[in-house]
Amino acid sequence: MSAAKGELSSFVIGMGRVALLACEVVRSLSSVRLNWAEFIKQMHFIGLKSQFVVLTTGASTGMVFCAQTFYQFHKVKMDTATLSVVGVAMTSELGPVLAGLMVAGRVGAAMTAEIGTMRVTEQIDALRTMATHPVDHLVVPRVLATVISMPLLTVLAWVVGIFAAMILASSLLGIESAFSLKHMYFYTDAEDVVMGVIKALVFGLLISLISCYRGLNCTNGAEGVGRATNEAVVQSCIAILVSNFFLTLFLRSLLYPG
Amino acid sequence: MIEVSKVRKSFGDQVVLRSISFSVEAGESVAIIGRSGTGKSVLIKHLVGLLSPDEGAVRVEGQDLVGMSERQMLSVRQKFGMLFQGAALFDSMNVHENIAFPLRRSGVTDGAEINRRVKSVLGLVELPGVGGKMPSELSGGMQKRVGLARAIVHRPQIILYDEPTTGLDPVVADSIDQLMMRVRDQYSVTSIVITHDMRCARRMGQRIIYLREGQVYLDAPAEEVFNSEDPQVSRFIRGEADLKEVDFS
Repeated sequence: MSAAKGELSSFVIGMGRVALLACEVVRSLSSVRLNWAEFIKQMHFIGLKSQFVVLTTGASTGMVFCAQTFYQFHKVKMDTATLSVVGVAMTSELGPVLAGLMVAGRVGAAMTAEIGTMRVTEQIDALRTMATHPVDHLVVPRVLATVISMPLLTVLAWVVGIFAAMILASSLLGIESAFSLKHMYFYTDAEDVVMGVIKALVFGLLISLISCYRGLNCTNGAEGVGRATNEAVVQSCIAILVSNFFLTLFLRSLLYPG
Repeated sequence: MIEVSKVRKSFGDQVVLRSISFSVEAGESVAIIGRSGTGKSVLIKHLVGLLSPDEGAVRVEGQDLVGMSERQMLSVRQKFGMLFQGAALFDSMNVHENIAFPLRRSGVTDGAEINRRVKSVLGLVELPGVGGKMPSELSGGMQKRVGLARAIVHRPQIILYDEPTTGLDPVVADSIDQLMMRVRDQYSVTSIVITHDMRCARRMGQRIIYLREGQVYLDAPAEEVFNSEDPQVSRFIRGEADLKEVDFS
């Protein structure tokens, strides 16, 4: 019990420090010129190189979700409603959350490991002695690149997931595609799309800030880098899942006021 | 130029520095010596604001670093160049980019000027033609020399050397010593060397500060320190252990 309390309190303290890091990022963005070379490098690493993992996850989830929904709906003769459920779920929930979890695992871990190694090998101290703020040089390009990449990767997950579900539905499950597509367009609102994009932006911000924070505060050599990387991925995933719940409630009340 | 006044620093229960005071004048070359664990590296990090003392003050040209924010400290740090114990080269950049980095940070934007100055310092450290190599492709001695080139390329007023010859073979250590002396004499910079290599201290230090148990035990001109009859100092200089202090159990 006391161990769980300790974990919780360190998580809350950590989140407070991540919030302070976010303030420093805002200060840097408003007063220091962006390091474009690092930003482009990070966009390539985060946005472009994460496509395969997000694409695979999106396609797999879309198909599995379509199949499971079909088997339940088929019992009550609602086969053509299958794709509308897939559409709503992929755009507002599964797309951003799964893309977020994949990016946290792939990109967040790499960010923490790279910055953490720089920290324990005194490269960050070297940066500081060369009149360079680590937040300006390391954190801001990563945060911007993740925040921009996440919505794009989420859209990729939607498109691939829904497309894969459509192919499965029409070719293997025998669902009438004209009706099911019409239902999908009817039930998937623009608000679902907006909600998904907003969630992706927030998740991108959380992943990058948590990962950079863990890297910047890494100690104890190689073991410390390993521990920081592990903590960054676990905390990013928890932050995504917890914030997703509150974002769903908040955005529902905001986007669907009636 | 640099004034350290009653600096105290502890990490948890462990007190590393206990009320340390000394000053370094412009153009002076000072070697700080002492046994491992006496707080030499912690002290040098205070001089450039990488660590903040629990008590006391660190002033650089009259500006107190204590209480300054990280951003306020950036302008003070432009006066410094620092060679780290492990060189601390950026492993995502090649040698040329590593050396060009502080130049770009100090406002030099002309590519031809950057290339000329990088080439010039690589020549000074006797490593012409390695600009395209990554740090991982260099030996420890070569990394130290590149680190030295990076520390001096923007012509800082003060250069800090953290254990510049540790872990190097005697020949490479000698070449690093000679390079540091060349830099000191050629650019007339203020130099502060942290070392427990007595040959390095003798060559670089016009003045020697001997730290013992987190305090300044002796602060005197080099000759006086090397001729000292104080048993603590002379034993350290000769590299002799006091058997009463050694625990074999």
